[in-house]
Amino acid sequence: MSCLQTIQDYGLRAVGYGERLLPRNDFTLCEQFTLIGSGMIWNIYFGVTALLLGFFLATALGVGKASPKRWIRKPAEWFIFIFRGSPLFIQFFFGYFLFLTLKSQYAFFDPFTAAWLGALIVLFCNTSAYAGEIFYGALQSIPKGDVEAADAYGLSGWARFRRVIWPTMLRLAWPAYTNEAIFLFHATTLVFFSGFPAWQQRGDALYYANYFADKTFNPFIPYPILAGYFIILTLVVISIFGLINGRLNRHLPQERKSRLGLRMQIIR
Amino acid sequence: MAIYWSLLVVLALLAITAPLALLFGFGAASAARSSIAPLRWFGKTYIALVRGVPDIAFFLFFVIALDQGIEYLRHKALCPAWDQPIRQGNDFVVCQAAKMPLGNAPQWVHETYGFTLAVLTFAIVFGAFAANVLFGAMRAVPRAQLETAEAYGMSPRQTFRRVLVPQMWVYALPGLGNLWMVLIKATPLLFLLGVEDIVYWARELGGTKTPRFTDYPHGDWRMWYFLALLVFYLIFTRISELVLDRVMRRLTLGQATTGGEAQRNAA
Repeated sequence: MSCLQTIQDYGLRAVGYGERLLPRNDFTLCEQFTLIGSGMIWNIYFGVTALLLGFFLATALGVGKASPKRWIRKPAEWFIFIFRGSPLFIQFFFGYFLFLTLKSQYAFFDPFTAAWLGALIVLFCNTSAYAGEIFYGALQSIPKGDVEAADAYGLSGWARFRRVIWPTMLRLAWPAYTNEAIFLFHATTLVFFSGFPAWQQRGDALYYANYFADKTFNPFIPYPILAGYFIILTLVVISIFGLINGRLNRHLPQERKSRLGLRMQIIR
Repeated sequence: MAIYWSLLVVLALLAITAPLALLFGFGAASAARSSIAPLRWFGKTYIALVRGVPDIAFFLFFVIALDQGIEYLRHKALCPAWDQPIRQGNDFVVCQAAKMPLGNAPQWVHETYGFTLAVLTFAIVFGAFAANVLFGAMRAVPRAQLETAEAYGMSPRQTFRRVLVPQMWVYALPGLGNLWMVLIKATPLLFLLGVEDIVYWARELGGTKTPRFTDYPHGDWRMWYFLALLVFYLIFTRISELVLDRVMRRLTLGQATTGGEAQRNAA
């Protein structure tokens, strides 16, 4: 079977198109590359969706935590504390069993036990909490002069937030936020190892890599392939965020533009 | 009972892994700033590679890879007469004497071996992160300090030991503290390495029990078990946070950093 044929059969296997059965023996390199690559669809789906949705909640949480009003600040603080203080892996398990319990009571929660929604919600809350803390830190370090200048121009309330505070916050938070995005993508590999079932063997990249490693008892081929895919993904994320960083800082003199210094932090 | 025992396993893992990872990290950070090129390349590749790839992939990879590596070496040493290939299709075949642990070993040997592999894997992965922190800390030590040491006629080795290493810890501590929190939060991944840890027992014990098999029948309680684990980790990270804060306050006392300056001003 030619490689092109394999790509046709398994290229979209992770989302349910193409050949029903996974290859069982005589694994070729092409099959491993194709299937693990098709699993990346899930990683990208989880990462991108959680990041886009999480951005809004994160902004709300960051602003909420910095709020002087107690009844706004406390919930935001607790949300951030709970999701940053406990392992993501346990959160996945807890989320899955929570949805399972709810499902037995109300039929409404039926889709929540599937990975595409349930795991997404957990990832969404998790990344919002981490990014919320980053935004909170950025809000604290907004130069006093900027806010005073806004006051002097007669901006207040929503206009001041929208035109001065929010852009500055993003600019300050961006390097750390990039880091968070990278690790969110790495965290997406946990989904199918934490209770959420891979329905009809539609799993993510690590699921397939693990499948091959189990079947061939040879970890030295599938895992490096997975590593390669993830390094490419990381580079793409860095360059996209770098472009946004350039746009956020476009008003600054060229030399003072902070190059996106990536200080990698780790998992949750 | 087993779930309490597995809590100890998690704590033991933390207690053993943390110093080991620090050791790995120290070695790699020293290698990355070595003047010998291959050693430097090795250190830098190690740091960059481990950080660019999801750590869970490493956890899954290293456990099998280490296991096979050890068996391969033992096989070479113990059974020189063996003439068949080791990789036969999808099988990894070594002679009986090279099996690790030996097929007839008691259960606890198997468990300890699995645990050791897990510790080693954690140390390799977190060693890279620690190396990154320490590498940054070594660079944060003011250049003038090293130049002074050179001016006093110290060899590079002496400078490293007597000046660089004692001074770098203040700069490294925030990063290492962060790493410790991350390490705590990575412990449930032990479950994926095949160790019977708290996640395993929470799943086992929480599952639906019928009166036929147990004296305490109950429904599906896994949700509550995981809620308990969640709370356990929250308390654990919170305590570590408080302790680290105190240590940091102690260490910055009288240091020539912004933190130390702030303390002086406050007093």
